[in-house]
Amino acid sequence: MEFISQHPILVVSIVKIAVLLFVVMTALAYLTWLERKVIAHIQSRWGPYYVGAHGLLQPLADGLKFLFKEDVTPPVSDRLVYTLAPFLALSLALTALALIPFGPPSVTLLGQPVFVVSNIDIGLLFLFAVTSLGVYGVALAGWSSNSKYPLMGGLRSSAQMISYEVSLTISVVGVLLLAGTLDFNGIIEGQQGYFRYLPFIPRWHIFPQIIGFLCYLTAAIAETNRIPFDLPEAETELVAGFHTEYSSFKFAMFFMAEYANMITVSCLATILFLGGWLSPFPDSWKWQLYLPGLGLIALGLYCLVDTITTMRGLARLQFAVVTLLCLGGGALCMIPVVAGYIQGVFWFTAKIVAILFFYIWMRGTLPRFRYDQLMSFGWKLLLPVSLANLVGTAIVVLYFIMRGAG
Amino acid sequence: MNLPLIVFFFFSFLAVAGAVMVILAREPIHSALSLILVMTALATLYLLLGAEFIAAVQILVYAGAIMVLFVFVIMLLNMGVEERTDFSKLAKFAGLPLAFVLLLFIAHWLWHSPVAGAAASGPGQTTGFSTVDLSRLLFTSYLFPFEATSILILIAILGAMVLARKEE
Repeated sequence: MEFISQHPILVVSIVKIAVLLFVVMTALAYLTWLERKVIAHIQSRWGPYYVGAHGLLQPLADGLKFLFKEDVTPPVSDRLVYTLAPFLALSLALTALALIPFGPPSVTLLGQPVFVVSNIDIGLLFLFAVTSLGVYGVALAGWSSNSKYPLMGGLRSSAQMISYEVSLTISVVGVLLLAGTLDFNGIIEGQQGYFRYLPFIPRWHIFPQIIGFLCYLTAAIAETNRIPFDLPEAETELVAGFHTEYSSFKFAMFFMAEYANMITVSCLATILFLGGWLSPFPDSWKWQLYLPGLGLIALGLYCLVDTITTMRGLARLQFAVVTLLCLGGGALCMIPVVAGYIQGVFWFTAKIVAILFFYIWMRGTLPRFRYDQLMSFGWKLLLPVSLANLVGTAIVVLYFIMRGAG
Repeated sequence: MNLPLIVFFFFSFLAVAGAVMVILAREPIHSALSLILVMTALATLYLLLGAEFIAAVQILVYAGAIMVLFVFVIMLLNMGVEERTDFSKLAKFAGLPLAFVLLLFIAHWLWHSPVAGAAASGPGQTTGFSTVDLSRLLFTSYLFPFEATSILILIAILGAMVLARKEE
């Protein structure tokens, strides 16, 4: 106890890191499930269905499969770099998440904010620094495999990531001009309130910065190597691109890194453009406190109906557990104190899930770019548009500053 | 030994070891990787000095952008393993002693400089020099050098474009 009271930062940080890691790993696993389900329904299929009710245990089964598969290292590969690459990819992807504030800083434990692992002044800059290193995982994996297709994948990926990182960074600067700070909490708190003449629209940066938001979203999809920008792993041309030679858990690490990166860019979009953990409704609407609880209970009721009407045998038992979890969680969230604590996290998560759904939707809808189209799109369209957006924003902000001063 | 000092020595060791590996590694990619290690270790040292902004920019620009280009070019050209030559006569009889003398000079200077005393007592407290302060300095006191640097970079970009342009 003495140690805990002497080093609150250390102890709380370690607990937060452990919890965040657990939550993120689970979220990654179920993101793959969500993706397969959504894409399946877009294509009129069922998706994973047999392992657990509605395929809910599929991520677990996949994880076990990865663990028990043989780990093959090609004898011609550069052994050190080959092993280093997946670790680099995953650890950098996870490090970025440590900077994200998932909830308001007012919720504290032992004097430390609960919902962010590391809150630093230049959060945004640091996040970009960490994510800009992410390209090494892919590039080195491609090179060290010492094989044709991975090398092509690695080359494409480095070229693509360099090109789109420029647009990504510039599209965010418009928001920085409006917010006037690099601190995530500052950026979010600056979006509180409503527009003066449109009192029903929250003052999120997405409305003045809609062009910046679209540029950011496009560049972010390209940065995370997702369809329609998934040329580094285009399976019809490059087998599996940079991770062709990887198997077993090393492959799983690349997989997890990709999904962790998706979550990071969604978090960033939420913070910068969608008001982070702020609620879209005015504070005076007290009933919104019970939204998370009501949502969970509604989900639980749906599961209950499903359990009784369609599930049979073991699946019925499993789904009954899910139902109980949803209903119990919902009841817990109806307690006003608990509801107050999880309010910010609820809105943050809701916005992230919406963006992730958009990501998956894109994947189910769009075909892949050709390489030259990708390059000319990035340099000849996205970059000029985001630059123009930046200049326009700067002029408007300057105008308001001058008017305020004069 | 306090914690910052341990961190300092750890990352200084990494920086020096990485720098040595840049020269000794025979695979060009290994050299590039070692250089990235040096950059990141230096960024950590900046963090210890309380210069968060410089640290982030160090990683963002050097490790995240410039070195990516290095790695890209090495991969694109698919360079093989370097060939080792023995030391040339000049390097053996003039280079090595001169390097040794240079190291002696640096050691001597460090030993007698006021910086040494400050360094021995460990990294100082963070000064709380924020990004706002930095940008204010850049756009007031150091406006001219700042703009001059940007023009220099612009000229470099134009030069690269002129050199890379295909003849019509």
